[in-house]
Amino acid sequence: MTGDRRDWPLYEVFLRGKRGLNHVHVGSLHAPDDAFALSHARDVYTRRNEGVSIWVVRADAITASSPDEKDPLFAPSGDKVYRHPTFYEIPADVPHM
Amino acid sequence: MTTTPMPPTEAALQASFDATIAHHDRIEPRDWMPEGYRKTLIRQIAQHAHSEIIGMQPEGNWISRAPSLRRKAILLAKVQDEAGHGLYLYSACETLGVSRAELVELLLAGKQKYSSIFNYPTLSYADVGTIGWLVDGAAICNQVPLCRTSYGPYGRAMIRICKEESFHQRQGYELLMTMMRGTDEQRAMVQESVDRFWWPSLMMFGPPDDASPNSEQSMAWGVKRNSNDELRQKFVDMTVPQAEALGVTLPDPDLRWNAERGHHDFGEPDWAELTAVIRGNGPCNAQRMAHRRAAHENGAWVREAATAFAARTAQEAQR
Repeated sequence: MTGDRRDWPLYEVFLRGKRGLNHVHVGSLHAPDDAFALSHARDVYTRRNEGVSIWVVRADAITASSPDEKDPLFAPSGDKVYRHPTFYEIPADVPHM
Repeated sequence: MTTTPMPPTEAALQASFDATIAHHDRIEPRDWMPEGYRKTLIRQIAQHAHSEIIGMQPEGNWISRAPSLRRKAILLAKVQDEAGHGLYLYSACETLGVSRAELVELLLAGKQKYSSIFNYPTLSYADVGTIGWLVDGAAICNQVPLCRTSYGPYGRAMIRICKEESFHQRQGYELLMTMMRGTDEQRAMVQESVDRFWWPSLMMFGPPDDASPNSEQSMAWGVKRNSNDELRQKFVDMTVPQAEALGVTLPDPDLRWNAERGHHDFGEPDWAELTAVIRGNGPCNAQRMAHRRAAHENGAWVREAATAFAARTAQEAQR
């Protein structure tokens, strides 16, 4: 193994902006290991108080849905309009609905 | 039981891509995209990333000679931001299937470009202010519309960058205002600096529209949102009142308000100069590349040490 960055794995970086919010994906970086990934994420993605908590995860550990299958994958929820509140007609004068 | 669907034909993929672009929707990394689109993006994002990294040099030149601790802290933060911007953009570019190491090699081999503006020298501390005001101001003009570019990761990187560029522009303008309140000598330094940077700043928008062969396709793909000349005009209109407020003269005898057009008329930049700088014959091209190569080589031991440390830590954790 050489010291070339080519060998460093890709990490995805998630930040919690403040307490009460979810961690949100903000970008990616290369690092030789988890600890370096965390400290690099601090330097690259939080120079202006953008976060109170950082997650880093190796990109190759993420399983993603394929864009090619998006139609079959999400179709089952597409035709179930009755799952939405706006499907139901309620007279306008009924309060708190 | 699953059935294996027929793979979509190239025509169907192209149609789906075209529909996404027509809806002003974003293309994401794992979507199918035409090879030309991918290549155009790689070229543009890489050039942009390299510009941020090379762009650390002209101002980095003054960090050790800042006139006060306050100015030094500001300049350090700014140059650190440029490094960060380079990294956001390399990450965005990597989602297109190239590695950062490849991009760095292409830059060092002279096979990819960076913005011509960074091939001009910084001769006085006033240049730190002028770069913030004019160069970063021009960059903001270019970059704000790119927040809506059709490629998702590029647009998201641009949003982060634009937020930070605003600090760059304001610190520069404030620096110049401070100097303009100083001695005659300081005011002369500001004017001299603006005289040197005005035309190169206008060239940052690229050649005129009729001489910009890739622009039309980039606009059709939603990679670019405005033409070079549109953005250049916008920058001139934005900058003229700022120059007046500062009390400096922009070095263009043809610069005047045109009430009919509702825009300022201005002179033609020296396009032969831009071509020469892009071809490698600007005042600092060789110096910038030599410095970048040396920094890359001198940093090799850090990358090797980090890799070795990570390997050892992993080994110890296994025991």
